Amino acid sequence: MSSFSVNEPSVRTKWFAGTLVILYAIITMIPLVWIAMTGFKSPADAISYPPKYIIGSDSDAGFQPTLEGYVNLFTTRTRQTQDYLEANPPESWADEIVRKYDMVIVGPSKFGERFLNSVIIGFGSTFLSVFLGTLAAYAFSRFKIPLADDLLFFILSTRMMPPIAVAIPIFLMFRNLGLSDTHLGMILLYTAVNISLAVWLLKSFIDGIPTEYEEAALIDGYTRFQAFYKVVLPQAATGIASTAIFCLIFAWNEYAFAVLLTTANAQTAPPFIPTIIGIGGLDWPAIAAGVTLFLLPVMVFTILLRKHLLRGITFGAVRK
Amino acid sequence: MAQIVIKNLKKQFGDFMAVRESSFTIEDGEFFMLLGPSGCGKTTTLRMIAGLELPTSGEIYLDGEEISQRPPSERDIAFVFQMFALYPHMNVRRNISYPLVSQGMPKTAVQAKVAEVAGILGIEDILDRPVGGLSGGDRQRVALGRAIVREPKAFMMDEPLGALDAEFREHMAEELRALHDRMGATTVYVTHDQLEAMQMGDKIVVMNNAVVEQFGTPQEIYDKPATMFVADFIGSPSMNFLKFHGKLAGGASEVSVHDVRCAVPTSREPFEGDMAFGVRPEHIELSDAADFRAEVLATEYLGTTQIVTLRTAGGDIKARIPSHQVARTGETVGLNFKASTVTLFDRQSGRALKSELNEGVLHG
Repeated sequence: MSSFSVNEPSVRTKWFAGTLVILYAIITMIPLVWIAMTGFKSPADAISYPPKYIIGSDSDAGFQPTLEGYVNLFTTRTRQTQDYLEANPPESWADEIVRKYDMVIVGPSKFGERFLNSVIIGFGSTFLSVFLGTLAAYAFSRFKIPLADDLLFFILSTRMMPPIAVAIPIFLMFRNLGLSDTHLGMILLYTAVNISLAVWLLKSFIDGIPTEYEEAALIDGYTRFQAFYKVVLPQAATGIASTAIFCLIFAWNEYAFAVLLTTANAQTAPPFIPTIIGIGGLDWPAIAAGVTLFLLPVMVFTILLRKHLLRGITFGAVRK
Repeated sequence: MAQIVIKNLKKQFGDFMAVRESSFTIEDGEFFMLLGPSGCGKTTTLRMIAGLELPTSGEIYLDGEEISQRPPSERDIAFVFQMFALYPHMNVRRNISYPLVSQGMPKTAVQAKVAEVAGILGIEDILDRPVGGLSGGDRQRVALGRAIVREPKAFMMDEPLGALDAEFREHMAEELRALHDRMGATTVYVTHDQLEAMQMGDKIVVMNNAVVEQFGTPQEIYDKPATMFVADFIGSPSMNFLKFHGKLAGGASEVSVHDVRCAVPTSREPFEGDMAFGVRPEHIELSDAADFRAEVLATEYLGTTQIVTLRTAGGDIKARIPSHQVARTGETVGLNFKASTVTLFDRQSGRALKSELNEGVLHG
């Protein structure tokens, strides 16, 4: 009989909890792993039945990894006659891959541009939302603002219906203002949607920072802005990080407005990826490759801020 | 090092009056206590001196200069917070050096100054520790270090010992007082603990309901309370009030309390109406011969003395008598009051009536 402890789980509980966590992780990881894997398959392997899932195996369930998907994602190709193919040997390893299908690479695809658009718009609007949100939240938290509660309610009320409900007015507004299909337009739009979340989240974080710290800084000879910048900001880092992640995830994944408002210049990756259609059917490996690359920035960003995020979402739940 | 003069200082938060026109003077080098129950406006007064709140009206002079509307950074006053407010993202050394860095002091000078302060406070060995893991006493020392490092004109302390264990508080109080004696800097200290105020202060301001009730040395405040509130707030057990209705002639040195003639300090103010006969527990003597009779309700043994609760015609009172003296519950005894220490109060206003004893006492 082992001794009983209130705050130390028993070995059996630990095993049980561990198994559950691992099981849940596997379930959530399966789609991601499948997408990443599909990116390295040939189009035929991608749609074969029964599915192939063992990398580099010769068995029925195995497939040979190939970069076809990535090549197709980043290039535009054209079919050529045998004569042409014989007269012009492949120029690169990528060219060599597409020769299997009697094709040659004629130029880059739009994916790189679209991806860059996503980065600019996603991170741009995240920065702007968090920047404005922090200043507004600080003001709401620290100063006596007339009608502060009503203002906060109005700010939140912008989230009380799905943003896409106002798509038509926004579409018309953007057309009149010349913001359609511009980076600035999309950054402003995503910022407008995110800012209410940012203000509310950050306000609760800043409320949790005792005012004595700033007062100590004021007494120590700093101005109000220096006190904010040097004392409040470092302590709000947790809140800022978790708010930034939420804002980025929204802006990065947004699809409906991007379809509606962008066509060429400022189109982001989400509306672009479904347009990657191969010859004679959907090019699943290329789409999977696009999705894999699309997932990476948010994953990296989240992992970098993970430490803060974990503290961030439980912040205030337990007083230290 | 500075003298601080407060003139008609007032602070209003919306409809709430936090501090009503208050005036008092803090002399250079004084250890000055702002004492009162919570919500009496003492912390607001302190924050106004430091510049963390702007007064609604009134003036604050620091060394003759009017500073009431200046930002805190331009006042050269240090502040020690109750919860210490050490910057949590910095280690001890950086916390202490922070006020110097803001003045743009060169690095080597900052290092030397921090080392000197750490020496005074005995915290050299924790300089490179993060503030998060420090004990209450060490946090307190670091907070003091941050205050004294830039040698300000005056220190403001907002219940700096309130967050410490009772046991440690006494030790820290001594340390604080010793530090003050060594540096001789003007210090304003807020507390709700009358014992702390008596023990440490050179001078005390007693506040209640946004009003300064009395202002003076601990002895003055203890021996010559200006109001019933002060008499009741200071001392443990507090001053007894025998309620009676009577008449007092100017120049009289006797008053009739429930038909017993009791000697009092010579009156300087004639009065008629509801009065209270204020006497401290240690100034009551049990004597069988005395005319003023009382019944013993209870006794509390405290070692060298005992507290005896007595029922009289003017209400229940407490007496502190030597513990070897016998007082049995239920017995009726006679009481003698030490005449020279008695204060008479106007029960309506709570004000002390002027007499030989309390002449010249400063009233808020």
